[in-house]
Amino acid sequence: MTTATPRSGPKPAPPPGRPAPAQAAVTPRVESVAGDRYDNVPMTGAQSLVRSLEEIGCEVVFGIPGGTILPAYDPLLDSTRVRHVLVRHEQGAGHAATGYAQATGKVGVCMATSGPGATNLVTPIADAHMDSIPVVAITGQQSRPLIGTDAFQEADITGITMPITKHNTLVTDAAEIPRAIAEAFHLASTGRPGPVLVDIPKDVTTHKTEFHYPDSVSMRSYNPVKKGHAGQIKKAVQLLQDAERPMIYTGGGIVLSNAAPKLKELVKRTGFPITNTLMGLGGYSGTDAQFLGMLGMHGTYEANMAMQHCDVLIAIGARFDDRVIGNPAHFAQNPRKIIHIDIDPSSISKRVKVDVPIVGNIPDVLDDLLLLLGKSGSKDIKAWWKQIEEWRGKDCLKYDRASKVIKPQFVLEKLYEVTGGDAFITSDVGQHQMWAAQFYKFEQPRRWINSGGLGTMGFGLPAAMGVTLANPGATVACVTGESSIQMCLQELSTCKQYRLPIKIINLNNKYMGMVRQWQEFFHGNRYAESYMDALPDFVKLAEGYGHSGLLIDKPADVEPALRETFKRKNDLVFLDFITDQAENVYPMIPGGKGITEMILSEDL
Amino acid sequence: MRHIISILVENEAGALSRISNMFSARGYNIESLTVAPTEDASMSRLTVVTKGSDEVIEKITKQLNKLVEVVKVVDLSEAEHMERELMLIKVRAGAKEREDVKRMADIFRGRVIDVSDNTYTIELTGDGAKLDAFIQALDQSAILETVRTGACGIGRGNRILRV
Repeated sequence: MTTATPRSGPKPAPPPGRPAPAQAAVTPRVESVAGDRYDNVPMTGAQSLVRSLEEIGCEVVFGIPGGTILPAYDPLLDSTRVRHVLVRHEQGAGHAATGYAQATGKVGVCMATSGPGATNLVTPIADAHMDSIPVVAITGQQSRPLIGTDAFQEADITGITMPITKHNTLVTDAAEIPRAIAEAFHLASTGRPGPVLVDIPKDVTTHKTEFHYPDSVSMRSYNPVKKGHAGQIKKAVQLLQDAERPMIYTGGGIVLSNAAPKLKELVKRTGFPITNTLMGLGGYSGTDAQFLGMLGMHGTYEANMAMQHCDVLIAIGARFDDRVIGNPAHFAQNPRKIIHIDIDPSSISKRVKVDVPIVGNIPDVLDDLLLLLGKSGSKDIKAWWKQIEEWRGKDCLKYDRASKVIKPQFVLEKLYEVTGGDAFITSDVGQHQMWAAQFYKFEQPRRWINSGGLGTMGFGLPAAMGVTLANPGATVACVTGESSIQMCLQELSTCKQYRLPIKIINLNNKYMGMVRQWQEFFHGNRYAESYMDALPDFVKLAEGYGHSGLLIDKPADVEPALRETFKRKNDLVFLDFITDQAENVYPMIPGGKGITEMILSEDL
Repeated sequence: MRHIISILVENEAGALSRISNMFSARGYNIESLTVAPTEDASMSRLTVVTKGSDEVIEKITKQLNKLVEVVKVVDLSEAEHMERELMLIKVRAGAKEREDVKRMADIFRGRVIDVSDNTYTIELTGDGAKLDAFIQALDQSAILETVRTGACGIGRGNRILRV
């Protein structure tokens, strides 16, 4: 090596056959980077990439090495600031980066080689795009002279990911690497966040260059707004003050923009009812009396009824998607004034025509709105609350508590109790996800980490790895099902290597439960391919990976098993709960139906 | 309704693809699309002709603005503007037809830019309707080949699109 990069020497390799020594925490970025900018220092493109990641404060990268990304892995070995976590499949790297980002608000980073490595990132990138999660994906690419020749492990990953990234770029000059990385992090984390992919050809990473890290990033074509329009905010305040049946509806934007404290002030000051979307859970206290629960396809009766019958609706950081308001024509049957606050203008009036659009950063807009709101009171809404309490009286989440088989809802209630409502909960996709959303009452944002928009089975376990690495020592549980868990099961091995003490809550009903439920309702009980035959013995499987497992098949054993498990702070424990095969998620709005056309458990 | 949208975009690899991709991914229609660099080498200007209700056009404009490489978007049809399209059309022009074809080209202020024993190639600019009218005016069986650029447009007077 001829470069002047200080080298700390390679980290000692872990002894073969034994797990790596547990690293207590992600190394925090302690020193200021100003003193050692390495400006004008000659180095390779790969070293420049790792230096850039250090400059930006990246603490952890999830990935797998391979042919074209190999040069980038070499300097990673020497980095004392960037820790690499070796996953077992690139999909795991992407979801782990997403989980890390959702739990921290920082940018999650994943890395893969060209071709299959890069295409394996496609699902998690699409997932992060749908849920607006700040993720940067760095992929190797074939060397420039080989691009376009159908070379080994060549895939046009910028072309492939164009519709599922906020932005992507192919770096064709080693000198451009620091700017490309700085811009990628800037784009991923500002405005409406999202995934950004940086594709770097192998010969660019091996090329000699000088390291210049940009002092600042500015792009003439990208200037997300912060402040909302004053006139519009005034109009919104007027509507809120005149409302007789007001409703606050908030989504993932509250979590992403760290607006939960301001939202709380709005709710408390107005006394209005509030509902959260699936992505917005934790944005407002799940136990507060003004909280009506989640809304939407499997939302509560009271939240959906209030959405339909309110006269003024204020939507904040939410996007009126099909799983939330059902059929937009049905939703539009009841006249109401709609205020919509969002950082992304294209989210406004996309599915539902809005009366008062406010484009801006939510905390900034709420500041201005609260300032104006302070001056005069709002109307008496006692009659509206009386109506809501009547709806709430339906107790739409009730289930059979005397059941002899384990009810999945019961497991989640107990999980909530045992963890004191204070755990990080990741989930996969399906019935268990909906029950977790309904029965775990989140008090804080960034505690509920799930795949909302894309609905990606296999998300839960790798996401929990990202959450655990970001929060060493925290209680992290992955709520999953026997079908979802098998879609990224290989990551149990990563959990062993890095000693990630995730608690896996497997609700095992031997069916792809949500598919089975739809087949029951809409396909005349014809259960095509939803039964999971030949399931593994999950206890033995967990043990095979070096963890512990426990099978629970009696309701009386649920709580003791959970209590015992959460005492084991340092171990991954796989809890295989054998649950009622026929249980359905209620309420349910059938696809294409209106928000009040709910099927309730009591109707059946 | 028909709209003509002008877009200033960073002159970067993939920008055109990203824009056309957005149209197809979201089910918006592209009637024509032209693109070329501007006097500022760092930027290209695209002109897209599309159809849709006011709501759809609003969505298209917002989605275009959301793309990171897009610098500016203007719906030219919102106000006074001009559009032009270039067509090259090759028609059969043997001894019998030569004079008729030339006369028709003159009426439409077209120029014959290539001549062979039995063909004329005519260059014609104008708005789309004029080009359509010229095609209609010709003997249909005489048309051998046509190529059109699609519309480009510019605002009238002081209506200027630049950064």
